[in-house]
Amino acid sequence: MVTRRSVAAKGGDVVLLVGTLKGAFFLRAPATRTAWAVEGPYLPGRAVYALAHDGREGRQRIWASAASMHWGAVLVSTDDWGRTWTEPPEANVKFPVESGLALKQIWQITPGRADEPDTLYCGVEPAALFRSTDGGKAWTVVRGLLDHPHRPRWTPGGGGLCLHTIVTDPVRADRMWVAISTGGVYRTDDGGRTWAARNVGIRAEFLPEKYPEFGQCVHKIVQPPRGKTLFLQNHWGLYRSDDGGDSWQDVARGVPSDFGFAMAAHPHDPDTVYVLPLESDQFRCPPEGKLRVYRTRSGGRTWEPLSRGLPQQRVYETVLRDAMTTDALDPVGVYFGTRNGKLFASNDGGGSWRLTVDSLPPVVCVRAVGTDDARGRRKTSPRSARR
Amino acid sequence: MTRVAFRIPAALQPLAEGRRRLDVELPRSPLSLGEALDALWVVCPAMRDRVLTEQGDVRPHVNVFVGTDSSRWGGGLAMEVPDGAEISILPAVSGG
Repeated sequence: MVTRRSVAAKGGDVVLLVGTLKGAFFLRAPATRTAWAVEGPYLPGRAVYALAHDGREGRQRIWASAASMHWGAVLVSTDDWGRTWTEPPEANVKFPVESGLALKQIWQITPGRADEPDTLYCGVEPAALFRSTDGGKAWTVVRGLLDHPHRPRWTPGGGGLCLHTIVTDPVRADRMWVAISTGGVYRTDDGGRTWAARNVGIRAEFLPEKYPEFGQCVHKIVQPPRGKTLFLQNHWGLYRSDDGGDSWQDVARGVPSDFGFAMAAHPHDPDTVYVLPLESDQFRCPPEGKLRVYRTRSGGRTWEPLSRGLPQQRVYETVLRDAMTTDALDPVGVYFGTRNGKLFASNDGGGSWRLTVDSLPPVVCVRAVGTDDARGRRKTSPRSARR
Repeated sequence: MTRVAFRIPAALQPLAEGRRRLDVELPRSPLSLGEALDALWVVCPAMRDRVLTEQGDVRPHVNVFVGTDSSRWGGGLAMEVPDGAEISILPAVSGG
């Protein structure tokens, strides 16, 4: 029998939502973020590939993808930090029968913009985008992407043919980007009716044609605040786009490897991004056996290693695409989890790190929630230090 | 008239009001496994999506037995279900 520890979060706490292959865990700390209480496991035995907090309109709701190897994947939610969960009586994310497709996994959950408080998106495997416009009760597949003429030529990567990243545009209501492994980046400018591949400049090392229109294995896209740039961690390659993805520029100068999965944006500084390089696609562990986060504070012109407090000898960890995140505090907290079940946290923008938990199941996603988010309180200090 | 008994696995019993076993009567014979399961979904509609994909296939890590015969080797959902049969829905020995 699984014993679950559950502690309510208080106002001002930071809560880390950690999805693992065997359930979800919530880590709670006061704003100092020096000591963390571990709560869970929630949804024990089920793989939780995606977690998301929806704090719009006063909600305090957490969504989770809960996938049983036996009984399939569904979206579940909790409004009380995991004490009780709402399970759909019937599967809530399903392909239309005529598509011939069957859901394998739910890889991403993304609330819509603040001005569409009942809209949510989820990205799934096989690669498709679903949308709910009633707060998550009913989900329908986005036909423009499901029926895309490129679909027959998308091919699965090691994790399957998954739509794993959804980025909504904070300014243009009808614009959105998704990333598919392996299909690449697609953008809609008309609310999902049509989608165009947006991969110019992104390398496909594993194809004979190195710069195809589509077919890249994009691992993660992030959008720093103010919405003017995008950064991209590719299956080989680090990129930046200043034109909404119309073109991408290589910014992998100063990293020991441009292979990796995880990428996280600073919540306040549009020039600061974090990545965690891995040696290669053949050996997905940190280069030189040293666990290092790399940070750019110059929009990708230069990168610096952040290793204080991280193990620097014989490290064989892998950090997956959704397993690194930032919180919204100042100085910013940066967090990442590993496939070996370790969770590292920094409360000073990556300047120093602590091993917070070392025996979780394999970590597949990490998200940070400020418990003041839903109450509309200020999350950052006025000085907004760049740390 | 055909009578069948379903054995419900522990994980799905909350979708069957906690019952381990469900008896169903159907007004025809012989019966296919698919027809028998359709009768189960009428009683426990939420169970269908856990056992079958949206394409109507038994999920890859779920096994359905008619007596002691697995549907995987006995004709799938077209497998014949005799009167009085016991149908077991069981999670496969997979996990990690």
